[in-house]
This record gives sequence, C-alpha cells and structure tokens, in this order.
Amino acid sequence: MAAEIIRTNVNTLEYDPALCINCGMCVAVCPHAVFASNGRAVQLVRADACMECGACQQNCPTGAIAVDSGVGCAAAMIYAALTGKKEPTCGPDPEGCSSSSCCG
Amino acid sequence: MDQEERKQSCGCCGGPVAEETCKPAAELSSIHTTTSTITRTDRWDHFLARWRYKRNDHRVEPGLYALGDPTPDSPVFVTANYTLSFDALRSALAGVDGYILVLNTYGINVWCAAGKGAFGTDELVSRIEATGLGEVVSHRRLILPQLGATGVAAHEVKKRSGFKVEYGPVRAADLPEYLKTHRVTPEMRRVRFPLRDRVVLIPVELVGVLLPMLLAAVVLFLIVGPLAAVGAVTAVLAGVVLFPILLPWLPTRQFSTKGFILGGLVALPFALGALLGKPDGALWLRIVEALAYLLGLSPVTAFLALNFTGASTFTSKSGVRREMFAYIPVMAWTFGAGIVLTVVFRLARLLG
Repeated sequence: MAAEIIRTNVNTLEYDPALCINCGMCVAVCPHAVFASNGRAVQLVRADACMECGACQQNCPTGAIAVDSGVGCAAAMIYAALTGKKEPTCGPDPEGCSSSSCCG
Repeated sequence: MDQEERKQSCGCCGGPVAEETCKPAAELSSIHTTTSTITRTDRWDHFLARWRYKRNDHRVEPGLYALGDPTPDSPVFVTANYTLSFDALRSALAGVDGYILVLNTYGINVWCAAGKGAFGTDELVSRIEATGLGEVVSHRRLILPQLGATGVAAHEVKKRSGFKVEYGPVRAADLPEYLKTHRVTPEMRRVRFPLRDRVVLIPVELVGVLLPMLLAAVVLFLIVGPLAAVGAVTAVLAGVVLFPILLPWLPTRQFSTKGFILGGLVALPFALGALLGKPDGALWLRIVEALAYLLGLSPVTAFLALNFTGASTFTSKSGVRREMFAYIPVMAWTFGAGIVLTVVFRLARLLG
C-alpha cells in the first residue's frame, strides 16, 4: 500500500497512516475529535478543527503524527514580535505571557 | 529539590489545607492530606484568581496528597499546582478515596502548563520519584487530565517510571462517571467553550484593559469631548465583555471580523447621533464626525477580539498568525483614519 502523508492547507498537522499501529492514543488525547479509528487504523476525520496543541504528536509512540504546536494566541505572538522572542508561549514563564487572557 | 524543604514546612502544608494539623513526619512521610470540601477561603481565592489578583500566588504545594482514606490500591490522580485546578479535581472526587499527585506548574492551570511543558513528562517522572509514589501504591496506574497530554508523552512516562498513564476526561466534573467504567466517552474528550466558560474570563480581560481604557477616555474627554470618551469606553467594553459573551453568535469565523462587526454595531449609535443629532451643523462636518466614530472605534473592538483568541479553546497558531497578517494592518489603517478624521473634525469646529 503506497500510503502518503496526509496534510491540510489550514494548519501544520501531518499524519502518516503507514506508521499507525491503531493504539488510539491520538483519538484519546485530541480535544477536537480530529482523529477516529475505523478499527484497523486511525483516520483524520476533522483535520480542519486541529488547534495545533501537539497532544497527539506527543503521545504517538510511532511518530506517525507531526504538528508545529504552539499557542493560538494573538497577544502572545504580538508580545513575542515586540520583544524579539522567537517562540510565543503561554505558561509558567512569567515573561512569556503578555496577555491577561491566555494563561487563565 | 524540596524533599528537605517540605519536611521543614510541615505544619503549614500550603494551599487550601492550611488548617490541617501536621502529623509527625515519620508517620506520614511526605504525604499531605486534603478533602473534597471547598471552603469559603477557597472560594475567595478563586474569586481573586478570576480577577487576576496576585496571579502567581494561587498555588498549592506540589507533592502527594491523600484524599479520604486511600489504600495502596486506590487510584492516583495527577493535577497542576494552581488552586483552581487542584480544587476542581478534589471537589469532583467527593466520596472517593485516592491520591492526588500535584505537579509543580508554577501556579498555572493544566492545559497552559502542558503547552509549555511544565505539566510534562520530566516533571511527572521526577515528582513520582520525589514523593516515593511507587512505595505508597501497589499498582502502576496514573489518571491524568486529558488536556495534560499536550505536555506528557504517556509511553515515555511508562518507560521511565513504570507507571501507565490513563488520560481521563477533559473536565474534572466528569470523573465520577469515568471512574465507574474507566472509559472516556467522545463527549468527555471534547473541549467546548460554553457561555459559562467564556463569562468567567471577562474579569481577567477587563482588568487587563482598565488602565489604558481610562487613560484614553480622559484624553478624549479633554481633547474632543465627553461623547468621544464614552465612545472609547463603549468600544473597549464591547471587546472585553460583549465579545466573549456573543462569540458563537457573531457572524463570520475569524475573531477579527467578528470584532469589526461588533465594533461597528456599538459605534453606530454614536455615528448616527453625530449625523442626525445636530441638524443645523454643516453636513460634511457631520459626516466626518460620524465616520470618525465608525472608523476609530470598530478597530479597537476588533483588536481586543483578536486578542481573545488566546483565551479561546480552539484557535490554532497557524490560524491566528494568518489572521494577524490579514487584519492587523486593516485595524491600524482604520484606526489611523479615525484619528485623522477626529482631528479634522476638531480643528474645523475650533476654526468655524
């Protein structure tokens, strides 16, 4: 079977079905039901809904999934651009987050 | 790092169980105790956290906590050391005997901390070792919140600690149901963004813009007039209060366009007032003033709407980046045009 890497033009999610062992971890961790298993392998069913959180890639034991994960937060990106930081982040680094909203 | 520290800080036990008396270290080793009860003090702490008061101080001491009367067979739940996270978990587990393993996420909630890796494989593995969890429980299973998966690689944790990670539901409230079957339903796995979740974010959004909003209002009041000051406050409040509430009902998909629509709507009464309110004024001047309101106010709301992407539960980095490149220039030009028209209007009134 000449499987190809599946990707969309709206986000950075890439999935290589040839590497899938149907362990179901991506299905379990995705907060937007992007993956679903047909019993033999996992399918990309809602690729456009991917928010690039990276949970699937992190938990895929065979490396079948790749995604350029990061925060979908305009405030963090503006802050990163203004301060010359390379990667906008949200989280424990108090400087990393300029936004009132992104760290809850 | 803090094995020693924790023994010494015995007696305070940190966080929401400060009133607990501390048992001798030998008896409990380093296990703290907690309950499912949310006290008035906890609620006050939650309220302050929602208003971003002392944002970094809403922390629970990291470590292992006994909830109820756990045995070596009892389940182990993992959470962040943010009081809102810890309290959501323990209150959802009313009547359950178990252990709670609190990771050090520097007072940040599970999902955000996982995004940065603080709620992550390394911290989890080292916290398991530091607390001696392997000797406390006889099994090798951990229940993690699903949103922690962004920072945790389950297969890595298994390899390095021997513990098998089970991802539970997104929301702690679904845990009792989950514990009956250890199956997560598709609905429990989905992150939604219901009205309730959006409304609780309003205070934090509001606190963030309060000072610049008041400054802008004062400046506009002095230079242009009271109505312009009210207009600015209206545009800002539309962005941080109305926008989170109305998000799913505003037309279009992107936050910026939704924001422009909302900003235009709230600016409309001001524009119509300028156009129709002073029938004896020169028509061109009334048109200038009306356009100044529309063009000056709507991008303010749109910009605040764009910033709300970070608080939402579904926007992606690619999507937000695309949106920023497309709409920030539009916002800047519209806003600039609004300022120029305001100056023209103000000068014309001064001279005429």
